[in-house]
Amino acid sequence: MKTIIEVRDLKKDFYVGDITVHALKGINMEIKEGEFVAIMGTSGSGKSTMLNVLGCLDKPTSGSYLLDGISMGELSKNELAGLRNTKLGFVFQSYNLLSRTSALENVELPLFYNSKVKPRERRERAEAALEAVGLTDRMHHMPNQLSGGQQQRVAIARSLVNDPVVILADEATGNLDTRTSYEIMALLQDLNSKGKTIVFVTHEPDIAKFMTRQVVFRDGHIIREELVTDRNNAVELLKALPVEELV
Amino acid sequence: MNYTNSIKIAVSALRRNKFRAFLTMLGIIIGVASVIVMLAIGQGSKKSIQDQMSGMGTNLIFAMPGAEQKGGVRMGNSDAKTMKLTDVDAIEKNCPAISDVSPEVRSSGQAVVGNQNWPTSIYGVNNKYFNIRKYTIGSGRSFTDTEIQTYAKVCLVGQTIVENLFGKTDPIGQTIRFKSIPLLIVGVLGEKGENGMGQDQDDLIIAPYTTVQKRILAITHIQSIAASAASEALNDVAITQLTESLRNSHKLKAAEADDFQVRSQSEMVQMFSSISDIMTALLGAISGISLLVGGIGIMNIMYVSVTERTREIGLRLSVGGRGNDILMQFLIESILLSVFGGVIGITLGIVATQITASIMSWPVVISTFSVIMAFLVCSAIGIFFGWYPARKAAGLNPIDALRYE
Repeated sequence: MKTIIEVRDLKKDFYVGDITVHALKGINMEIKEGEFVAIMGTSGSGKSTMLNVLGCLDKPTSGSYLLDGISMGELSKNELAGLRNTKLGFVFQSYNLLSRTSALENVELPLFYNSKVKPRERRERAEAALEAVGLTDRMHHMPNQLSGGQQQRVAIARSLVNDPVVILADEATGNLDTRTSYEIMALLQDLNSKGKTIVFVTHEPDIAKFMTRQVVFRDGHIIREELVTDRNNAVELLKALPVEELV
Repeated sequence: MNYTNSIKIAVSALRRNKFRAFLTMLGIIIGVASVIVMLAIGQGSKKSIQDQMSGMGTNLIFAMPGAEQKGGVRMGNSDAKTMKLTDVDAIEKNCPAISDVSPEVRSSGQAVVGNQNWPTSIYGVNNKYFNIRKYTIGSGRSFTDTEIQTYAKVCLVGQTIVENLFGKTDPIGQTIRFKSIPLLIVGVLGEKGENGMGQDQDDLIIAPYTTVQKRILAITHIQSIAASAASEALNDVAITQLTESLRNSHKLKAAEADDFQVRSQSEMVQMFSSISDIMTALLGAISGISLLVGGIGIMNIMYVSVTERTREIGLRLSVGGRGNDILMQFLIESILLSVFGGVIGITLGIVATQITASIMSWPVVISTFSVIMAFLVCSAIGIFFGWYPARKAAGLNPIDALRYE
């Protein structure tokens, strides 16, 4: 299996006034193609900082980070933007969809910043991505006409549309109820089974059980790293949910 | 970077907030419209002054006695008796650039016909005066050289006199008394209307200068000289020749100052045009301020919009938008707002100008210059006032922007 993410002795410090906060204290991590990795930890553990670095939104203080063979340390701001545009997909806890903009146009958004993609291709790829998340019939709905789960699926379609090497999800089920969370997890498991690499940040242990591997952060260190043995299957769990929760 | 995409993104961002976009444009719309209207009114009044002035004869040159000195005591102009009929003869002989010249003597007083009376002025002139001042003879005739030589009691009257003293009866052949002197009306002047200063040019009696000199004023000098240059181009030459001729006939030494003043109509036109230019500039400046306020309105809204859309900016940055893409988006938004507002404002301004013109019957001139200027100023406002908020948006940190509440 090809290595998508390779992190070596990565450190990140923040300077708040005179105090230096060591958010990441030498992280070593590897994520291979096709993995579904949970990054876990309480708040302040450094998992969000880790995600920002993995997402090329923030540069590490020291250490190296290779994304799909590209070292991000030497890249300029604009080159990092290009990397986010072509190699990464983001899913956020609060969906971050553009209001008063149709689902289709929201999904098209990343391709607007890729000048190689022609308008026609952009439209086709956005439609395909929405189809992949099962929202073909909601393409022209505005976000306020969609449920939370549907909005998150639009966001997932948006993260898929540029065919990224890895999808980074930040507490993607944090705003959703159990049933909808399971639906989203079913979708992500489906995408993962088709070969997508996914990194999922969460603090909920039962959500982390849907993934193939767990990486637990505490105080800027990785304290535990293990493969998930009794992995949950979201589709089966959905069937097992009590009927009244359907209402 | 892809400009087509930047424009598309900016357009769709504006379309999401149609009402707010319209309100933002309103400042620019009103500013541009008022600039167009004000400049049209200013330039219209300038043009109408110029038209009326040239209606009085642009080739017109006046010479009148200047300040006189008697043993070091400067006397007023009105008392000066320095101008003589011989001056007029000399001008006729010596000035090839002057086509017509006439002496002028004036008196104000009450004109009486039967039981009606009317305050007016009588002008004593020669036959060429009509041509110089662009008066036409509406009916009847002008006076003859014999009538001038014999101080004949004949005159022509303007339309205002006819209206006030004769009503509907034909004045020709009737007698009008001016300062107790009965004058036979031989002709009626064609209507001329007001001049640029609002003076009624039809409220006058024109008689031979000899008649006014001898019978009404009892003087031998003349009060002023009216002349016209052979053509507009020869205006300056004519003024020089007339000045030279007058200095010669007044026997002035080279070191002595002129004892007369020469005024030309084109000077007056220039003077009034410059007054009107100042007025136009003033009106333009006032409406320019409203345009500036409109620009600040755009900046304000764009600035608020950047703060309000921080998360959107964060998202755009995270899906691969570069700082420059964001800068372009916000800059294009503000340029679109101001240019689109400018186009609406120009249209509205032209419509408002036409309405003003038809309701107030003011003269208006919409110049291409003011339209192009307004448009360019709008674009400049869009760039200038959009730049700062756009810079702010482009400089946002994606992590902070994404988590902005």
